[in-house]
Amino acid sequence: MKETDKRTQIKKQAPAGESLLAGLSAGWPICLGYLPIGIALGVLAQKAGLSPIEIGLMSVIVFAGSSQFIAVSMLSSGAAFVPIILTTFMVNLRHMLMSSALAKYLGKTNRKVLFLFAYGVTDESFAVNLFRFKTSNWGLPQALTVNHAPNITWIVATMAGGFGGQYIPSHAFGIDYALIAMFICLLVFHLRGRKYLLTAVLSGILAVTLSMLIPGNAYIVIASVVSAGIGVILQRCICRRGSEG
Amino acid sequence: MDIRKYLLLLFGMGLVTYLPRLLPLLFLSRKNPPRWFVDWLELIPAAILSALLFPALLTTGDPRGLDFLRPQFLVAIPVFGFAWKTRSLGGTVVVGMLLYWLVGKVL
Repeated sequence: MKETDKRTQIKKQAPAGESLLAGLSAGWPICLGYLPIGIALGVLAQKAGLSPIEIGLMSVIVFAGSSQFIAVSMLSSGAAFVPIILTTFMVNLRHMLMSSALAKYLGKTNRKVLFLFAYGVTDESFAVNLFRFKTSNWGLPQALTVNHAPNITWIVATMAGGFGGQYIPSHAFGIDYALIAMFICLLVFHLRGRKYLLTAVLSGILAVTLSMLIPGNAYIVIASVVSAGIGVILQRCICRRGSEG
Repeated sequence: MDIRKYLLLLFGMGLVTYLPRLLPLLFLSRKNPPRWFVDWLELIPAAILSALLFPALLTTGDPRGLDFLRPQFLVAIPVFGFAWKTRSLGGTVVVGMLLYWLVGKVL
């Protein structure tokens, strides 16, 4: 490599400290948002019979908030492992789409680092990183910080909740409703238009019906796959009719 | 729970979480996924949350039976309205817990 090439490359890449700071200044709201949710998950997991170490292990190995909540509630209702893993797969499949969108900004980087980056792709880090990649001179070091600072926060928060949970009695202050209330709010966040509302209503009806007909938790995956499929078909029919008329 | 069994569960969950995050980064860097798949994935989170929520609100017992008068469901109606109005996750959780706790005191 020529001397000048080297120099321009060094110039382009910000020093590690600066990248870390840039990443942290973009990612701190995620960390703040993860704190109460992580503590809540830890408390619920403790109530479901998991030790703080087991909760921490889950946050390290899985690191996916909503699916961890779902796994904890399925574990406490005595679900088998296969439905839990299937549901986790379905819930986290959306990250495939996010990674696909991020991929074009990371095409030129070291493939080995992508293995580390992939581990931290969440709804939140995706949203922040995509915005930064589009609007600024964003690189892999900054993006990695946005992925992994919240990850550390999450692990610490869920374990802290697990320790604290022992001191909160089981039915105190309606804590058994925390999970349901969180799901209600997350669902509301996802109802961003008619097609989402339609799919959700369909999925709710289907899930209630199937849950009474077939044993176990398979109804979750079946109802969501089918109703999202029907949602896509309906969307296409309406679009086609709209373009014809 | 047996820790070895639990670790098996975690590795299963970890694998199905990690691979969808990793594979597109490695292989899809310049191609776009098909349109129907993108549309379908868009609808999946709402569908899953709904499939999780409604049976928990409306059914009870083993085998499950329908019950529209469960406190979980009755409380969910104002909580849904609160979430819709405020769009606050923390607020919704607190209001939900408070209402459920109050309903438990009254009933």
